Amino acid sequence: MAGYDNMPDMELYQPVQIDDALALAARLAERGWLVGGGQDTYGWIKDRAKRPEALIDLNGIESLRGIRETEDGIEIGALTTLTELATNPIVNERYSLLSKAASVVASPQIRNAGTVGGNLVQDVRCWYYRRGLDCYRAGGNLCYADTPEAQNREHAIFEASRCVAVTPSDTGPALVALEAQMVITSANGTRVVPAESFFVGPQINIVKTTVLREGEILTAVRIPAKWANAEFYHEKVADRNVWDFALVSIAGALRIEGGNIVESSIVCGAVQCTPRRLTSVERAIQGQPRNEATATLVAGMASQGASPLNQNGFKMPLMDNLVTKLLTA
Amino acid sequence: MTPRLTRRRFIKSVIFSGAALSTGAGFYLTSAQTRQAGAVERLVSLNINGRTRRVDVMPQETLAYTLRYKLGLTGTKIGCNRGECGSCTVTISDVTHYACSTLTHSVKDKAVMTVEGLRAEDGTLHAVQAAFIAELSPQCGFCTPGQIMSAVALLKTNPRPTRDEARQALSGNLCRCGAYDHYLNGVMRASGQLS
Repeated sequence: MAGYDNMPDMELYQPVQIDDALALAARLAERGWLVGGGQDTYGWIKDRAKRPEALIDLNGIESLRGIRETEDGIEIGALTTLTELATNPIVNERYSLLSKAASVVASPQIRNAGTVGGNLVQDVRCWYYRRGLDCYRAGGNLCYADTPEAQNREHAIFEASRCVAVTPSDTGPALVALEAQMVITSANGTRVVPAESFFVGPQINIVKTTVLREGEILTAVRIPAKWANAEFYHEKVADRNVWDFALVSIAGALRIEGGNIVESSIVCGAVQCTPRRLTSVERAIQGQPRNEATATLVAGMASQGASPLNQNGFKMPLMDNLVTKLLTA
Repeated sequence: MTPRLTRRRFIKSVIFSGAALSTGAGFYLTSAQTRQAGAVERLVSLNINGRTRRVDVMPQETLAYTLRYKLGLTGTKIGCNRGECGSCTVTISDVTHYACSTLTHSVKDKAVMTVEGLRAEDGTLHAVQAAFIAELSPQCGFCTPGQIMSAVALLKTNPRPTRDEARQALSGNLCRCGAYDHYLNGVMRASGQLS
């Protein structure tokens, strides 16, 4: 791929009111591109793999920033940076699962610029797709990552449908585990979607990873008090500690009463196109203590039903071992 | 392009007259389109190293591009140009950012500091720069301006970091010579924890 130094000519809009941003998003539709931290954006455009005609820079909209307490938990503005999320006292105290997840995204500089909204709606990292090939996700008729010779070590082991890319988000699995609500605004009003149904796989929409439609902006994330101060476990396994995306990550919240797990919410990242909730494991550990015996009881359950590709079979024991670590931590 | 038509003059002529030449000017020519209503103004004031600089900035221009090619501040290096190496690290309001992955138009109201801005008026080097020299931190030196900016930002919020905190703070800066430990020695020396 040619190494371009600059992005091609585009318009840039810097609205300071959410209403102006919504009007622009509605008017420009697929010709426009919403920019938060821009850390997923500029590579696409520099590589000429995506060609928006206009950027809508949301950074001037103050109402999209910051973390507020609400009647039932907290609300995080979509433009809150990952560094803010990782260091915010309220998030650290009550939802350390999320601050931990935010603290392992990419590198310090990317966390300083990158936003939680951007981390949730960022596009998949399949290199065939990002190189600009005409794969299914790009509107073509082939998956380059699912051929006999394909390099697919990082790809999906569940729920693939033509496309085998996985969710790259670190905060996504944590927010699904915390049963967060996504606040989506458009010129026509606001709708609130549970985190779990915010993400969609290729069987539902092969060109988008979320339910966001043209003209809509993810404006905030609400975390209910339900999981506040629960027992949490987060681990991201990647080839490198910095910059890298997860090979498999796990985000879990456990409520323990009288020595037994009464409720749990356990989610894996990077195993399919959406964060994968491990409902069978959650059911099996209910009423059990958080210990080695329970880990043995559910051994192998997380990866049940997986369909690995040529090079990513290792993700199955990795998932199972992460569940063991969660239960024995 | 005639020898007397310098880049600076050319940019000015495009801005002030709206003139568009038909051939030969490549990149700037394609960029000099009429502005859409509501889109950004191209001529902006930037606060770079404590000085106000008036500069013509394309809508899609990155800060690394503006610093190097329009303001002559070539201390900020462009390595990968994709936010994956850290050699373009600058501080914006004392926080580290990759200049290659920052739109210049997004820093209009903010204080940008590059490696050129660290030296005192009398030429005295910043403590981090002096310590990096004393510890022979750089090998080839290409990543050094970025490493310096990350270290400066760290010491501003955490004047006596542990070695591990320094490692975390510099983790967004690659060094292909592998001089990481030498840079960490430099950070420890700059924070007065190594004599």
